[in-house]
Parts: sequence; structure tokens; C-alpha cells
Amino acid sequence: MIAVIDYGAGNVRSVQNAFQRLGQEVVLSADHAKIRAADRVILPGVGDASWAMKSLKANRLDRLIPSLKQPVLGICLGLQLMCQVSKEKDTECLGIFNASVKRFPTNGLVPHMGWNDLEQLRGPLFQNLSGVDDFYFVHSYCAELGDETQAVCDYISPFSAALNRDNFYATQFHPEKSANVGNQLLLNFLAL
Amino acid sequence: MLKRRIIPCLDIKDGRTVKGVNFVGIRDAGDPVDLAKRYIDEGADELVFLDITATVEKRRTLLKLVERIAAVVNIPFTVGGGISAVDDAARLLAAGADKVSVNSAAVRRPELISEIAARFGSQALVLAIDTKYVEGEWRVFVNGGREITPLQTIGWAMEAEDRGAGEILLTSMDQDGTKAGFALELTDLVSKSVQLPVIASGGAGTMEHFNSLFQRTRISAGLAASIFHYGEVKIPELKTYLKTQNIPVR
Repeated sequence: MIAVIDYGAGNVRSVQNAFQRLGQEVVLSADHAKIRAADRVILPGVGDASWAMKSLKANRLDRLIPSLKQPVLGICLGLQLMCQVSKEKDTECLGIFNASVKRFPTNGLVPHMGWNDLEQLRGPLFQNLSGVDDFYFVHSYCAELGDETQAVCDYISPFSAALNRDNFYATQFHPEKSANVGNQLLLNFLAL
Repeated sequence: MLKRRIIPCLDIKDGRTVKGVNFVGIRDAGDPVDLAKRYIDEGADELVFLDITATVEKRRTLLKLVERIAAVVNIPFTVGGGISAVDDAARLLAAGADKVSVNSAAVRRPELISEIAARFGSQALVLAIDTKYVEGEWRVFVNGGREITPLQTIGWAMEAEDRGAGEILLTSMDQDGTKAGFALELTDLVSKSVQLPVIASGGAGTMEHFNSLFQRTRISAGLAASIFHYGEVKIPELKTYLKTQNIPVR
């Protein structure tokens, strides 16, 4: 069973649909016991980091998430929330990854919206995928590069398109909206 | 490198895909879900569904359709038509749409843009502008192109950006349905006036029209309807061709 963390974020429907298409049972929940018991946990999200952290704290999910032992996948804002801090309203985040999150420089179109390719792929999420595959991004903030970077995307400047530390994985792009290559990545996550 | 996007648009009436010519005259073009699946297989980068009969009693039909679409579509899709309040947007996004597009209601009450952007984020809000060249200036039209407004297109696009729109879907009514090519001067002007992705719509008839659009403007995406529905331009061939012209596409 897959638990999608329910903290009022938008766009959770498409994440649920994507795992259902892969034959998975999915629950949307804020219940600590249910989330702990799930085989896989997804931290989805689009929107504002400061609002999201307040919402996670309201249900003490900020304590729960870093303590999880099963594979956890953060998507888009989910990745940013798993970092140390976000420049978006100077928000202190979950601190799972060492990276910090900053806004894109203003010498290009923001948000970074559309399909982009990745470089320097590594780790189990990118099994059977190559740098020529494009994934769908839509975001205005991004995580810096570091030891935990699993894939690099270059838009205005290079940033972490995916991160991993222990059982925690995250993608800045939306695998659930990235057609067949996105499906492959979700299958790789399920195979962990 | 960020790719230029090719976006098929499906005009929806009573749950079916239709296509008008110059905003009048309607032809049936099939089941939207079947068509959507075909476009994903062909490599469409995104889909837009515009409900042209979004009266109050038809809204439920549209929500059901959006749920059906969301269950099978694994690329981003936008839904527009008849959205006049934050709650309308909320229902469509909850049904699985990634973005909503607003048009006439935002002209009548520009705060709608700020309200939707504040609640769901700019990335969820596409401002659609229907425009036509009238007496020496680009003017904004509403109500499916039937009604002229005092707004000038460039100024309206800039105001929408300030209010938090995440993207602009720009339709040239002069070009729409003509298959004579995109309105290059207009799209270039609008895309240089805002720091937002702009989708050009209206006039695509051939693969060369997309090439000119991407070569001569910094526009992010090209949208078309009937030429894709009726197979006059096929998306895989279009993308192969654009690659030979050094346009970055997926």
C-alpha cells in the first residue's frame, strides 16, 4: 500500500492516479499510524513552501516524515520541503537533505515550465533511463547541487533534479506527469 | 535544454470534441479521452481542453469528463471554459486538472487571477487572451470572441503577470481556423513584454508554421486543434521535422 501524505496540497489527484495506473493501492492520509504502516510514502505538493511547512506542522507530520524507515518519495515542492531551508519566505524545512532551496535567477523565464533533460544520472531511481529522456518540470525554486544529487538539470543554472539520502528520494520534476519515462521512474521507486 | 512544447487543443461541447472555424461553425471530432490517449502516444507535450458550453447545468458533465481524462492522461493538462470563481477552479483542479485557464471572467474581474494564483499557485493558472487587430491596435475580446473590450493586449498580458498568472495562452482571432500561419508579430510582441511562458494559438496549418513560430519568436509553445484532430499535421512527424531545423523538442 502507498500512502500519499495529505496536508492540503494541490495536485495530489494526479499522483494517486499514476500509482493506480501501475496497479497500486493508494491512500491519501495524514494519519501517522497509516503512514507508518505503508510500504511506500509519497510527499507531493505544489505551491508555497512556508504554507506547506505550517500545514505539515499542524498535524505533526514534520516530526513523522524524517523518522520514516520505508522508501519515501518527495515530488516537486515535496523535494524542497525535504531540504534544510527554502528562500521562499525563508522557511525552515524538514532537514532530511543537506541542500538548500533558492529562487531561480531572474535572467530567464520563471517558472521553469515544460520538458527538460537530465545529466549525471545516478542511483536506483534512474535505472533503465538515460540523459536523453525528458521530464516535466514546473517550479520557481530549486535545490542546489551536492553529494546527494542524483540528477542535474540545467535551467538558467544547474540544480538538483533529484536527491537521495538513505531511504529518502525526491524529484523536482513530476514523474506522474512525465509520460512513459515518468512511469519507469515510478516503477523503479516501487522496486526499491 | 528546455524544450519547446507542442500542445493539441480539444474544444469540448456536451462532452465531445468539436472544432469551430473563426469561432463559428462546429464540427464533431470525436471522444476527448480517445483523442487525448492518441496524442500522448504521438508525443504531445501537454493538452488543453476548452469547454465551449460551460453553462451551469453542463458543469457536472465537464467535471466527470475531467475525472475520466485525469485517470488516463500522464502528461499535464489544462481545462478552461466558464471559470468565473475560485470555487470553479478548485473543483476542476480537485478532479485532476493540472491547470485552469480563465478568459472572460478575468477581464470582467481581474482579481480572479490573483485569487486563483494565491490559492493554487501561479503554475495552476493560465490566462487565455483572445485578440484581434482593430484600428491599429491589438484589442482583447471576450465571450468566445464575440465581444470587444477596451483592453489592449500587451497591457492586459502585463497586468495578468503582475496579478500572478503563470502562463499566457494567446489566440489570434484573425488567424484562428485559417491555417495561414501563426500571428508572429503579435506573439513576439507579447512574449517580449512578459517574463512568462506564452503559448501561441491560431493559424497553424503546416509544420513550417511551427518552425517559423519557434525560429522567429521566443515563444514557449505552439497550440493547434483541427490540423492535429484530422491528421493534416502529425505530431511525430512535426517533431522529427523541428529537430532537423534545430528546434529543441521532446
